[in-house]
Amino acid sequence: MELIISEGQHLLSWLIFIPLIGAGLLFVTPGEENQRRLALVVTTFNAILSLKLWTGFNVATADFQFGERLCWIPSLNIEYALGIDGISILLVMLTTFIMPLCVLGSWTYISKRVKEFMICLLIMETAMVGVFCSLDFILFYVFWEMMLIPMYLLIAIWGGPRKQYASIKFFLYTLAGSVMLLVAIIALYLANDYSWYIPDMMDQAYSKNFQLWVFGAFFLAFAIKVPMFPFHTWLPAAHVEAPGAGSVILASVLLKMGTYGFLRFCLPITPQATVALVPYVLWLSVAGILYGGFTALAQSDMKKLIAYSSVGHMGFVTLGIFVLNKNGVEGALIQMVNHGITTGALFLMISMIYERTHSREIKDHCGLAYNLPIFVTFLTIFSLSSLGFPATNSFIGEFLILVGTFGHNKIIAGAAIPGAVLAAAYMLRLLQYVLFKGKGRTDITDLNFRECVTLLPLVVFVFWIGLAPEPFMNVMHTSVEFLLNQVHSSQAVAALALH
Amino acid sequence: MEIIEPTIIHSSILLWALLIPLVGALGVFTFGKESPNFREGCSVLAAVGLFLTVLSMKDAVLAGNMYQWQMFDILPGVIPGKSGLSLTLRADAFSLIFALIASGLWIAAAFYSMGYMRGLNEHAQTRFNTCFALAIFGAIGVAFSDNLFTMYLFYEFVSISTYPLVAHHQDEEAWEGAKKYIVYLTTTAKGLLLPAMILIYVITGTLDFPTNIYQGMLGGEVESWLVIMLFIFCLFGFAKNGVMPFHHWLPGAMVAPTPVSALLHAVAVVKVGVFCTARGFLYIFGVDLMTKLNLGIPTAYFVGFTILMASAIALTKDNLKARLAYSTVSQLSYIILGVCLLTPNGISGGLIHIANHAFSKITLFFCAGAIYVATHKKYISEMSGLGRVMPWTFGAFGVASLSMIGAPPVAGFVTKWKLLVGTIESGALGIILILLASTLLNVAYFAPITYKAFFGKRPEGVVDAGLKEAPLAMVIPLCLTSAISVYIGINPDFFMDLVKAVIG
Repeated sequence: MELIISEGQHLLSWLIFIPLIGAGLLFVTPGEENQRRLALVVTTFNAILSLKLWTGFNVATADFQFGERLCWIPSLNIEYALGIDGISILLVMLTTFIMPLCVLGSWTYISKRVKEFMICLLIMETAMVGVFCSLDFILFYVFWEMMLIPMYLLIAIWGGPRKQYASIKFFLYTLAGSVMLLVAIIALYLANDYSWYIPDMMDQAYSKNFQLWVFGAFFLAFAIKVPMFPFHTWLPAAHVEAPGAGSVILASVLLKMGTYGFLRFCLPITPQATVALVPYVLWLSVAGILYGGFTALAQSDMKKLIAYSSVGHMGFVTLGIFVLNKNGVEGALIQMVNHGITTGALFLMISMIYERTHSREIKDHCGLAYNLPIFVTFLTIFSLSSLGFPATNSFIGEFLILVGTFGHNKIIAGAAIPGAVLAAAYMLRLLQYVLFKGKGRTDITDLNFRECVTLLPLVVFVFWIGLAPEPFMNVMHTSVEFLLNQVHSSQAVAALALH
Repeated sequence: MEIIEPTIIHSSILLWALLIPLVGALGVFTFGKESPNFREGCSVLAAVGLFLTVLSMKDAVLAGNMYQWQMFDILPGVIPGKSGLSLTLRADAFSLIFALIASGLWIAAAFYSMGYMRGLNEHAQTRFNTCFALAIFGAIGVAFSDNLFTMYLFYEFVSISTYPLVAHHQDEEAWEGAKKYIVYLTTTAKGLLLPAMILIYVITGTLDFPTNIYQGMLGGEVESWLVIMLFIFCLFGFAKNGVMPFHHWLPGAMVAPTPVSALLHAVAVVKVGVFCTARGFLYIFGVDLMTKLNLGIPTAYFVGFTILMASAIALTKDNLKARLAYSTVSQLSYIILGVCLLTPNGISGGLIHIANHAFSKITLFFCAGAIYVATHKKYISEMSGLGRVMPWTFGAFGVASLSMIGAPPVAGFVTKWKLLVGTIESGALGIILILLASTLLNVAYFAPITYKAFFGKRPEGVVDAGLKEAPLAMVIPLCLTSAISVYIGINPDFFMDLVKAVIG
């Protein structure tokens, strides 16, 4: 795949480093209110700037666009290479758009060490956008590891009562995955004529045995990040203890790193291994869908419920990716965005109500329909979106994934269907309690203007993607087709070689 | 048989029809707290507006046209002339049968619930009226859906929007009933309809309904086991149709206020269920494929079990609303049975029963509510002798009961007649026995109520102070609907013309 260099523009670099510059400015900004405002301005500016990606993106090519390629450490052949294609553009935009909402959502929620909190958020943004744009493996790895520290701090400093446990667990799990990733990267570096340049690696035909080893290492790293069953146990702990914005970033963006990794590395670099291992991954996804659903059904803590629902939803995403057809992969991509929007919104809402009641238990929030009409309206919309109600965003994702899966294997698709039923069961259970159980509480106030402003953009996306997903789907068509061609043609080549 | 393709009229009138109840709901919600009169005014106005809008399409549809309006093209189609996944509305004769009933009965229900809710001084009347209007919005959406996706969307919307109505009282009983309601309806929809829809999409590449009841969507090449599986998914997935064993939600939902029961049983919810089932059978599978695979008669026998069993259970119920609920379960299966006979008369009998049952059953529920408001009596054993105090209410109840039994000249007779003729045409004579047995059971559980109300003595030891007829806002709608039941029994052409147009 080629890299289309955009001369003198450096848009991706700006998107990556503006938050970092903002973080630097925060160091010298006095006053908590000013620090919040500055963080909001920086993240909003970045979001608006990222619209230039949208308007300038050429949907007709699968090449990497907005490219930048410079020598970084010549002795080790390490480059500063950036570029995005139809697979990464939506994730970059999801990141830039979710960040201002995270800042808004933590406006009053975070009252201690505001400056440090905002700095962590901004460094996170740099790292996350960096991960989605990097085309050099070392650069990718630097950003990948860079996410660990601020996320660890977000949980360990601003987290709940069991923050130590949760943050260490998060750190260890992710680090274990990262080590495997590093091994795979070095192996590829050696096999790729001492180059770290990712697009080059996609064009090589490695031996099947080598592919299997590399795939295994990649898989562990990314499966922990997704998280796929049975590598998910860090997630509920981290989600529950993280502050509101931390949970939003975790759910909306960090989980997508894993599935992005599958699409960006596993499929094109190790296609034969991917195809060989498809059945196992698919069944593991189904297990995750069912396990997440059943476990979510048993939760009494709202954040845990949403956390386990994420395991189920991400199971659908991996299912879509590994059926290796157009509907499945496109469904998975759009579902990654949907999950970011909907689950992000649900976590924001839980942190809003937590600010008022200092509880996350469902039983403490029964019958709110009477006194918090705005809150329950938003909650209903996002819960329905989460359970895949038709005309909302998640339906499109789930529909395409299941169409892809039925096209691949009816039995696996049939086995995943109960996951959709479970999603309805646990979300409606939550809704029933929060809306109609008993006569409700009168001691809490409804959402204020700032909170409504935080949630409204997400509502717009819920219905926009649900009713007119064409613009979002358009950007991915060419890249997905190219990717699937890569995978399937490698099979054909291997079959020819065998004969 | 030669099939005449309808002329398509692309008209936004469909969109307006759909939006009227939505705007009505908004109006109710906005003005609800300040002015109850204005709130109810909004409901009535929207109901009348909707009815007139739907009615205005009738002539053109009978003349061989079909209205169509695409709202959103969600995923582009791969087959020329067919959409992939889209939100599209259509009004054909079949849609109009249901849309006319739902909108017409909404007018009566709006008046009636005003009397009921105020009479009992119920709480959260604004929420109630808003959700009521939203449920009608869903029902109209189902009636006017042009493809399976649109139908599925509005079907689910009806489940969600009626939940607050069932849970209205917000006590333990309402909580349990509403929980059962939502669990049954969403589980079957998600677990059976969703995979059915996806499979159909994978097989055919589109979800658009054809324009006639014969050809179906699936074509000839699909394996028969797959068709049979989809057919079963369709029968049980639309669990609002009350076919056993997925009928438990319906008696459970009896905890709701009576206008809601009327809505559930006559105007919207169960009718959405049978409408969707019939639409599914006739338009997804089509008469030709169903005949080829012999899906009709076995299904007719299967739902025949529901007809008899539910009637038998109804006999044992002393709570009037519970008896009516089981009667509904039984009567809904008449509609499915008719459609499954797959003969012109059988299908007509089934489809016309959507209308006949609606007008009669809403009358019965209106009466049950009126009795409750006037006397606070729920049990049939307490109603002996009440007919002399409430002659209008019990008179209407008697007329509607006759319709349920299928006696002339009330609407139900037309159904029974058509069904019997259809059965003879199809040659499945066992069905005749089911119909006859069910008629006897209907007599057994309906006739004593009216008889004892007029000719029985008040139970001993009961002190009745100030018994009187129910408020006018309730009596007028129930007399009106029972009068309509008689009218469409004597002169069934209004709906029969549409039914004939469906059959072609």
